[in-house]
Amino acid sequence: MKYLLLKHYRGGRPDGTFDCPPMDTWKPEEVDAHIQFMRDFAVRLEGTGEFVDGQALAPDGAFVRYDGEGKPPVVDGPFAETKDLIAGWMVIDVDSWERAVELAGQLSAAPGPGGEPIYEWLEVRPFLAMPETVTE
Amino acid sequence: MNEALLRELTPVVIGVLVRRGVDFASAEDAVQEALVSALRTWPSKMPDDAKAWLVTTAWRKYLDQVRSEASRRGREVAGAVEPPAGPAPEADDSLWLYFLCAHPALSPSSAVALTLRAVGGLTTKQIASAYLVPEATMAQRISRAKARIAGEPLDRPGDLATVLRVLYLVFNEGYSGDVDLAAEAIRLTRQLAAQIDEPEVSGLLALMLLHHARRASRVDAAGRLVPLAEQDRSLWDTALIADGVAILQAALSRDRLGEYQAQAAIAALHADAQTAAETDWVQIVEWYDELLRLTGSPVVQLNRAVAIGEADGPRAGLAELATLDPALPRHAAARAYLHERAGDLEQAASLYAEAARVATNAPERDHLTRQAAQLRHQLRS
Repeated sequence: MKYLLLKHYRGGRPDGTFDCPPMDTWKPEEVDAHIQFMRDFAVRLEGTGEFVDGQALAPDGAFVRYDGEGKPPVVDGPFAETKDLIAGWMVIDVDSWERAVELAGQLSAAPGPGGEPIYEWLEVRPFLAMPETVTE
Repeated sequence: MNEALLRELTPVVIGVLVRRGVDFASAEDAVQEALVSALRTWPSKMPDDAKAWLVTTAWRKYLDQVRSEASRRGREVAGAVEPPAGPAPEADDSLWLYFLCAHPALSPSSAVALTLRAVGGLTTKQIASAYLVPEATMAQRISRAKARIAGEPLDRPGDLATVLRVLYLVFNEGYSGDVDLAAEAIRLTRQLAAQIDEPEVSGLLALMLLHHARRASRVDAAGRLVPLAEQDRSLWDTALIADGVAILQAALSRDRLGEYQAQAAIAALHADAQTAAETDWVQIVEWYDELLRLTGSPVVQLNRAVAIGEADGPRAGLAELATLDPALPRHAAARAYLHERAGDLEQAASLYAEAARVATNAPERDHLTRQAAQLRHQLRS
C-alpha cells in the first residue's frame, strides 16, 4: 500500500509552546542537520524496501487556474500564508496503515533549532489503488 | 528469445545450485544474474541447451561472488568452489522453493516479491515496475526477505496456506506494469498443482481461471469499471471457464472443501449464467454459507448479504446487512445497491456518494460517483 507523506510548514509541540521559526532563521549547521536527517530517512527506507520517491519543494510558487477561453491563466501568489506551503513530500510503500503512521512519526521528529525535534505535522494520505481482480 | 522458458527454468536452476551445496540466498542471486544475462544475450544467440547454459552461467556468477567476497576479506579461494563433475540432478521439483519464498515469517509484500523472482523467474526490474516502486527498493525488499529466512530448513514441507495466499495476492494485483501478474499467478499455481495433490490448490487455480475468463468484460473501452451484472458475457473466455469448471469439479469430488474451492464455486455459478437474470442466487447463497463457515470473515458476510438481496429480494439483503459492522469495506456500496434495487432512489444516491468517498481504488470510486450522479439526475427529471 502506498502512502503520501506531506510535509507542511506546521510545527506543533504537544504543549503548544513551540512553533517552529522559519528555516532561513536557523543556524546553517541546524539546516544541514535537518536536511541530513531527511536524507538518512530516505536511505533507511530504501534499505527496508519501503521507499518510493520524495522531493523537497521550494517555498515560492503560486496558485494557478484556468480563466476562460483565450485568456491567460490567473496566477495568485506568492503564498500569503505559511499554512498554504508544502515543504516536501515522500511516497512510501508499506504493509499497513500502522506502519505508515509509525514512519510519519519518525519523520516528524526531524531536528530544528538547537537540535530539538520540530514536532512537524505530517499529512498521511493513502493512494487509491487498482481494483482487485476478485470482487465477489 | 524464449522468456517463458527462462521463467520456467529459474526455479529449476536455483534447485541445481542448492543441491550443489550453495546457500539459497547466493544461489538465488547467481541465478538472477544469469537470467539478466540471458535476457541480454539470448536474442542474438540462443544456446542449444538452455538449462545447461543457465546452470553454467549461474555457477560462474556464484564463483565470482565467492571470489570477490574472498578478496574483500583478503583470503584465497579454496578448492571447495570448483565445479563438481557430472550432470546436474534431474529432480526438478520446486515445491520447497514455493514454501520457502512464502515463509510465514515474511511480510506479504516481501513474500510476493521473492516468489515472483525465485519461483517466477522475473527480474527485479520487472517486479519493481509491476508494483510501481524503484528497482533499488525492490532489490532491498528481496534481499531482506532472503536474510530473514536464511538458515530455514529447505527439506521440510511448509505452510501451504501462506503459499496459496501469496499466489492469490499476485493474481489480485492484476494487470499493472509490463508483466501480466494475473497470468503469472495462474502459471505458478498450475505448476504448483502439478507438484502437490491438494484440492485447495486446484480450488485456487479454478478461482483464478474463472475470474481471468471475464477479464475482457470488466472494463469498457473508456476504461470504466463494468459491474458483473452489466458485463457483455459474449466476451467471456469460454475455454478458460470450461478449464476452471473441470478443475473445480475434480477438486470438489475429493470432498475436502476449503475457502478457495468455495469461492471458485461461486465464480463458476456466475460463469454458468447466460444472462445476469439467470444467475442461480439461491445456490450462490448456499456457497456463501459454506464460505462463512470456513472463514468466519466479515467480508464474506457482506457479500453474502448482497447475494441474499438477489435471492430473496433487496429488503432481505438490507436486513442482513443491518446486522453487520458499518465500518466494513464496501458496506455503504452494498447498501446503496440494495436500496437502489428496492426503489429507494433518494437514499441509494446519497449512499453511493458516501461509498465513493470511502472507496480505496479509483475505478471503483468513479463507478460509485457515476451511480450517485445518475440516480440524482433521474430523480430531478
